[in-house]
Amino acid sequence: MTSRYAQFLLALAWLTFASAAHSQLNIEIIGGGANQVPIAIVPFKAEQSLPQKVTDVVTADLYRSGLFKMIDSGGLATLPSEPADVQYQTWRARGADALVIGSVSPISNGNWDVRFRLLDVAKQAQLTGFAYQVSTQQLRNTAHRIADAIYEKLTGDVGVFGTRITYVVKNGTRYELQVADADGYGAQTPLASNEPIISPAWSPDGTRIAYVSFERKKPIVYIQSLLTGGRTVLANFRGSNSAPAWSPDGKRLAVVLTKDGSSQIYLVNADGSGLARLTNSGGIDTEPNFSPDGQWILFTSDRGGSPQIYRVPVAGGAPERLTFDGNYNVSPRYAPDGNSFVFIQRNNGRFNVAVQDFVSKQTQVLTDGGVDESPSFAPNGRIILYATEVRGRGILASVSSDGRARLRFSVTAGDVREPAWGPILKGQ
Amino acid sequence: MRKVAFSLMVAVLLAGCASDKEQKGAAVEERKPTVEPVAKPTVEPVAKPVVEKPIVGNPLKDPGNILSKRSIFFDYDSSIVKDEFKPLVTAHARYLAQNADAKMTIQGNTDERGSREYNIALGQRRADSVKQMMLLLGAREAQIETVSFGEEKPHAEGHDESAWSQNRRDDIVYPGE
Repeated sequence: MTSRYAQFLLALAWLTFASAAHSQLNIEIIGGGANQVPIAIVPFKAEQSLPQKVTDVVTADLYRSGLFKMIDSGGLATLPSEPADVQYQTWRARGADALVIGSVSPISNGNWDVRFRLLDVAKQAQLTGFAYQVSTQQLRNTAHRIADAIYEKLTGDVGVFGTRITYVVKNGTRYELQVADADGYGAQTPLASNEPIISPAWSPDGTRIAYVSFERKKPIVYIQSLLTGGRTVLANFRGSNSAPAWSPDGKRLAVVLTKDGSSQIYLVNADGSGLARLTNSGGIDTEPNFSPDGQWILFTSDRGGSPQIYRVPVAGGAPERLTFDGNYNVSPRYAPDGNSFVFIQRNNGRFNVAVQDFVSKQTQVLTDGGVDESPSFAPNGRIILYATEVRGRGILASVSSDGRARLRFSVTAGDVREPAWGPILKGQ
Repeated sequence: MRKVAFSLMVAVLLAGCASDKEQKGAAVEERKPTVEPVAKPTVEPVAKPVVEKPIVGNPLKDPGNILSKRSIFFDYDSSIVKDEFKPLVTAHARYLAQNADAKMTIQGNTDERGSREYNIALGQRRADSVKQMMLLLGAREAQIETVSFGEEKPHAEGHDESAWSQNRRDDIVYPGE
């Protein structure tokens, strides 16, 4: 990246920062994807009076995915909100392949009827459409659901705009575990501490987060319910307790303990019972991560002399080494389809996000930040969220799994680190 | 009453004037020294204690004692205790050996580079390295718990070798500290 480009990015980040200072996380777009779908989103009928304009959120979601080219929908005498109002030749002339129209109307109890249609401009036909009845507080989330529906119809992939992320903010000596929408809005703080918090991990149903807290002057693994706020100690053995990872069925976790010597991987039920040792090396085994089918665990080990990535059957067996390039490959996480994994690779003292395919064994380095950490896949496998630094300050960033589209998230104050992307909630 | 006060003031003023002049020819009375008898002409000697022994200050807190030194620093990617820190480790091991009830926690730390969780494991290895040395020197397993803070508790906040070298360390902590 040239320094001029870097200056531009910083300026852009500042503008974004200044214009949306009310949100905790702001997003900066660094690169676009290829093969963008040209789409026009017409402001929904009657949404101007809303505290939260639905189409602004839909537009921002789709734009940030890098897969859409936003076509200007301004300058029209009347804005169509029903298919009968649409003059397709106008949109064809503007270069739009897809068109989104909709409306927002008040109904009883202060609630709203929100409806939209996605139209194919060439075929002059509806691709999809939904109507929702929601409270004012649900308008933003409803916009994310609309963006997800549009994304899914036009890309064939599952949308993740309605999901959440978690991360840790360090502000002076205060640490906050935060949960926010995938676009950084609506941050909440289920845990604050004056000692470090690391390694948050979502339960597969999105209702709990396991994490490591140093509040008792040593690393202890806790599980906290996001519904009740209540929490339990998962692992507090003699020595260090860290690196929690959930099994796909949510019934047990892998953790790293030192109670028997060096850092080794153990399996434990989510209620803390049934502890069993999984790995047996004299060295370091850490950073476990379950495969989507629950049969394997990826982990980092220095049993070969340098930290490399291995996998071992959950049922037990001989670990298999997976990485061979360089002498520092760490923090593996499975892709949701199980066909590849993301990890951090050090090259010449620089730490970057890389992806390796299980079949071809080919590795692709996706970032050039130099101090990148803690990568995790979005649940649709299209985006990788990770931590990096700009001018010594921790921020979050994301890169599409093909390396083309990039975003940066920044907060108004403090260091942000340890991101983890939450699951798509069933029946949401 | 007021009149009396005024008279006294005048008298004082006059006396003051008079004292400025040299007094000549005034008779001096001579007194011969005499010793009055006392009941007990002796003096009690300075009392010596029946038992006298020093009260030892807490050696762990005594700045002059090596036991007050608690940090052991490491080279990059190393958990080997360097020669310069062996006297410190030896002193603490002896303290544990001589004080069967004493316990300590060794907190391992790393610099900020690399994975946070891998650094937890590296810090643990540093803490275990010092513990192993202390066990060889007579400390007992149950006296030492080793934990790791990884890169989470740096001494120095900088992002260069001078900061990193202060952060690659073990800290020895006794209960209540």
